[in-house]
Amino acid sequence: MTTIPETPLQKTDSGAPVAGPVGSGSAGADPARAVSIPSVGRSLPGPLRFLARSFGTLWSNGKARTGLILLGLMIAVAILAPLLAPYSPTRTDFEPYLNPSSLHWIGTTGNGEDGLSQLIYGTRVSLFVGFAAGITATLVAALVGLIAGYLPGVVDEILSFVTNLALVIPGIPLMIILAAYLPTRGVPVITLVVVVTGWATGARVIRSQTSTLRSRDFVTAAEFAGDRLLRLVFREILPNMTSVVAASFFGAAVAAVLGEASLEFLGLGDPATVSWGTMLYWAQNNKALLVGQWALILAPGLAIALLMVAFALINFGVDALSNPRLREKS
Amino acid sequence: MPYALRKTIQFLLTLWAAVTVNFLLPRLMPGSPTDAALAKIASTGQVVTDAQRRAIELQLGSPSGSVFSQYFAYLNNVVHLQFGVSYTDPTQPVIDTIRQALPWTLVLIGFCTVFQFVIGTLLGVLAGWRRGRGIDTTLTLSTTFAGAFPPFWAGLLLLYVFAFKFRWWPLGGGYTDGLTPSLNLTFLGDAAAHSILPALTLVITGMGGWVLGMRNNMISTLGEDYVTFAEANGLRTRTVALRYAARNALLPPLTSFGLTLAAVVGGSVLVEGVFSYPGVGLVLYRAVSNRDYPLMQALFLIITVTTLVAIYLVDMLYVRLDPRVRR
Repeated sequence: MTTIPETPLQKTDSGAPVAGPVGSGSAGADPARAVSIPSVGRSLPGPLRFLARSFGTLWSNGKARTGLILLGLMIAVAILAPLLAPYSPTRTDFEPYLNPSSLHWIGTTGNGEDGLSQLIYGTRVSLFVGFAAGITATLVAALVGLIAGYLPGVVDEILSFVTNLALVIPGIPLMIILAAYLPTRGVPVITLVVVVTGWATGARVIRSQTSTLRSRDFVTAAEFAGDRLLRLVFREILPNMTSVVAASFFGAAVAAVLGEASLEFLGLGDPATVSWGTMLYWAQNNKALLVGQWALILAPGLAIALLMVAFALINFGVDALSNPRLREKS
Repeated sequence: MPYALRKTIQFLLTLWAAVTVNFLLPRLMPGSPTDAALAKIASTGQVVTDAQRRAIELQLGSPSGSVFSQYFAYLNNVVHLQFGVSYTDPTQPVIDTIRQALPWTLVLIGFCTVFQFVIGTLLGVLAGWRRGRGIDTTLTLSTTFAGAFPPFWAGLLLLYVFAFKFRWWPLGGGYTDGLTPSLNLTFLGDAAAHSILPALTLVITGMGGWVLGMRNNMISTLGEDYVTFAEANGLRTRTVALRYAARNALLPPLTSFGLTLAAVVGGSVLVEGVFSYPGVGLVLYRAVSNRDYPLMQALFLIITVTTLVAIYLVDMLYVRLDPRVRR
């Protein structure tokens, strides 16, 4: 088999230093526990009903419910930003570094903008990067993981080697180097960089899950029935690892939110973007802490942490789906 | 193939691949340092001439020749630790800058990793053993929350509260100005006082992974028959938890040590920047703001290679912990 020993039981292999239980690889270790969601698409409105049922299962888990509510609130803030923000986030005609007051809840920035309005509009960037990078990274991870897991031999060896390489190269230095070399600055570039560094965790878990499913009877039966490779992989194998794929997504989203904030804090984003990362960048560069404007640092960081916690909490629920031993008794 | 041999081959392959990635990255990117410098000139309104371009290429030591000759020249330089001269400080070879900074980072990260591992694992055992109880929920939620703090942000807050407001510890740097780095007690004490806040930041934001990993493995292990049997035998609770369950639950999180380490290394880059702690992270932080490409590339290589070596060492130690892998 492979020369790269798999350790599918990892709970800590999130690319970011976050506590997110990214790889719900316990499922990979024991296939008997893996399948908790029946195959999709038996009836026509299947996908929708399937989504609703997954949501329902997540909702029944206390931690995941908290995460879903938090995430829902953040999405609402992002959509309703123009209604919620007291001022335009780019309006710069306030006096710099006003203390928090009823007019400026977290004060004004060193450039004379309203901190709260920036915080509210900043939700959009972080959510966008979290979802866009999370989805893209998961697609890459699923592709690499499914191919590597289904085609043992040379293909698997090569793909696994690349995956392991991407895992052990420290993510933040790699992101910094990539972003520093790329000629343009801005949210799309950051999203791309975060995807490049964030796909490997998911790919590894999906690979090990695929290789355990590949030898199961229902796959062999489908093979004998003459199913084509694509149908086999996408209709038989993929639906049985929904929870693994979902965990990859939430793990990648957590890493993406943190990666985006870190790069922007370093000044590797577009400093004109209104986001939580650039708020921290400007606060640090304009010495906000030294003049005592701690709220300008506290608020964006807390917002980043809350968004990451929301994703991580939902992931607890996903983990409980794939490993009944982690399920709450309620 | 024996475990040690397999791991060694894997280590060497990964090392080669990482070195090659470092060579390829700048060459795969659109634009070049030369273009960036020229763009800066052009943005001031000057017309860029070919002579200027050549001058900048010479100044930056832009590579010439075929990709393969460049690659072998690069490998040769890497083996001899020659990474060229930094843009910001042309009097000092890049490797000297790194050589001064590396011990600081190694001490900081080494200490934090061991500390995180010991405390995190113990808390994870506790949470797993008391799953579903108050202490489990408290530990799981608080470490998840702390793990979501961007390390650089947590560092800024700790800096503000403990160094700026309370003045318990210094505001930044690795040691008090005027002291010369040496191994006497005064200096070590001073350096330790400067390292407390960066270390605290890294420990707080990085411990969650160990706690959760250990907790979840504990829960899986507690379902094993031998644990039930030990309980049925009437062994003391602590004996069952630590000697039977925890010992076996410990192995899977240990194999992911490399990934945890990569995360800590990444976090330390920004944390060192925030605290002006004189390690490789701070050098990288400054190299990025100065667009110092030779320094950046050499730093990336050194950080990656150091991480790989650490992972390899842990893999080798693992043989002693889990006799099964020797087969």
